[in-house]
Amino acid sequence: MSTSNPYQDDRGNKDRSIANPGGQGTAEARRKSGPVTGAPDTPFLIGENMTGGYGKGPDILHECTIAVDRGEIAVIVGPNGAGKSTAMKAVFGMLDVRSGRVLLDGEDITTLTPQDRVIKGMGFVPQTHNIFTSMTVEENLEMGAFIRTDDFRDTMAQVYDLFPILKEKRRQPAGELSGGQRQQVAVGRALMTRPKVLMLDEPTAGVSPIVMDELFDRIIEVARTGIPILMVEQNARQALEIADKGYVLVQGRNAFTDTGKALMADPEVRRSFLGG
Amino acid sequence: MDLLNAIITLSNFVIIPAIAYGSQLALGALGVTLIYGILRFSNFAHGDTMAFGTMVTILVTWLFQSWGISLGVLPTALLALPFGIAGCAAFVLLTDRAVYRFYRTQKAKPVILVIVSMGVMFIMNGVVRFIIGPDDHNFSDGERFIISARTFREMTGLQEGLAIRTSTGITVITAIVVVALLFWFLNKTRTGKSMRAYSDNEDLALLSGINPERVVLVTWVIVAALATVAGTLYGLDKSFKAFTYFQLLLPIFASAIVGGLGSPVGAIAGGFVIAFSEVTITYAWKKVITYVLPDGMGPDGLVQLLSTDYKFAVSFIILLVVLLFRPTGLFKGKSV
Repeated sequence: MSTSNPYQDDRGNKDRSIANPGGQGTAEARRKSGPVTGAPDTPFLIGENMTGGYGKGPDILHECTIAVDRGEIAVIVGPNGAGKSTAMKAVFGMLDVRSGRVLLDGEDITTLTPQDRVIKGMGFVPQTHNIFTSMTVEENLEMGAFIRTDDFRDTMAQVYDLFPILKEKRRQPAGELSGGQRQQVAVGRALMTRPKVLMLDEPTAGVSPIVMDELFDRIIEVARTGIPILMVEQNARQALEIADKGYVLVQGRNAFTDTGKALMADPEVRRSFLGG
Repeated sequence: MDLLNAIITLSNFVIIPAIAYGSQLALGALGVTLIYGILRFSNFAHGDTMAFGTMVTILVTWLFQSWGISLGVLPTALLALPFGIAGCAAFVLLTDRAVYRFYRTQKAKPVILVIVSMGVMFIMNGVVRFIIGPDDHNFSDGERFIISARTFREMTGLQEGLAIRTSTGITVITAIVVVALLFWFLNKTRTGKSMRAYSDNEDLALLSGINPERVVLVTWVIVAALATVAGTLYGLDKSFKAFTYFQLLLPIFASAIVGGLGSPVGAIAGGFVIAFSEVTITYAWKKVITYVLPDGMGPDGLVQLLSTDYKFAVSFIILLVVLLFRPTGLFKGKSV
């Protein structure tokens, strides 16, 4: 995000015969994780009073709290630019949390890097660039299981049971699939680590309404297998219908927090965010 | 009979040399394409990496020769090759530690790494000349020919001879083995797949638990091996001279781009396209044409389209044409 670094200025170079712009990352690969401390008697996953922003930029989140408990689906909704995705990235360690803490399964993981959080049991599906497009569906799933040293064939079978279309297309490059199928690959890839919690950043962005309904069904199915799900959603109404817990964010702050049903029934929430 | 003589001449002076040269270019281009795909920049130091690896191989070959160790009919350099690869890998990893890693940590844009690799190129160039000198070195020993022109003539009774040199045979066989190994590694092994994943999407690879530093390390080692093998084969076929290896950069880049940067299959195809074009365009066709045409109609001139001094122009022109009309290359690489 910071453009002040002179090494990150390509001086307008567009010559792809010498510089390959594809797939370059933004995550700091070489940051080291801090220590993990115990924090008993807390929700399964909670980002508590998080304040922070990207790099040296201004704060985007202000005292924001997001939590999900075992067996639940928690949904973050809100208007554009409310900091929904940012809140989820903060929970996953992808931005600087300047105050507040993140707890997972009774441990304080605030200082862990995203990669170490994956090892701790967090599965994250980014909104975009969430599959390896040049690799086959099966290779995508294999890469999802990269940190596992045991036999992951049964997990792969489970993923194929959940998303039968992927089994059919397992030898096809993932980049050739449709939008909805790509999202299934992305979720499947994250499930390969057998995560303790699954975080989805707008899984239905850019897919047709029919595909969206199907994806929601699949997400409910994943939740029924006992994996708590934290999800950011544009389609507030549908998301709140399936949510056990809903967070409405406005300008990086918690505006409303309640069960999905209660939020749907709240006249103020309806008027401001659900279009009446 | 004349047609047969024409075919033999063509094979002897065009087809067989071009196959050998193409294999060498393909191995070089594979290294360039791997760096482009995984580390995301065009490595201008590749020609000098080849020179460095070959230099280590030559020094070890001389050592073996002084000890009286040889491989009989095969060149001693083959025995020294593993040492050359190890030396080259060590040097390249040292360069990565000292230079490239800093820019990686800074998340430097690829174009900056291109310029950095140019600096590395000059240093490597100097190091090689400092150690082995700027002169020509011939280090091939053992049997020179699999079939010599005279044996061939005696065998077939034809007027023209077909010579297959040992270095040509070794080049082709080694290239096939190395390419097969590389493809097996990239497509079937866990580490190879993790390299492809890193090439495809760095952030997602990181989230999948793939260690980027390990991917980079393995890539450099493979590239060092490819460069050393390509360089040694080229040196056995022709001779070793630091400046020639630096000049090889152009046909190698042309091969990688013609085939489609980032595509290993493309790098191989590109290598042969460039090699065949270069050899056919700089070959004097007089003899072949004289055989094919009826008696007395043979041309007076050499029928050489371009003097061999201008062979690099061929790579340049192909490069330009490809970039103008098919920028993604023959096998769709990352669109250039």
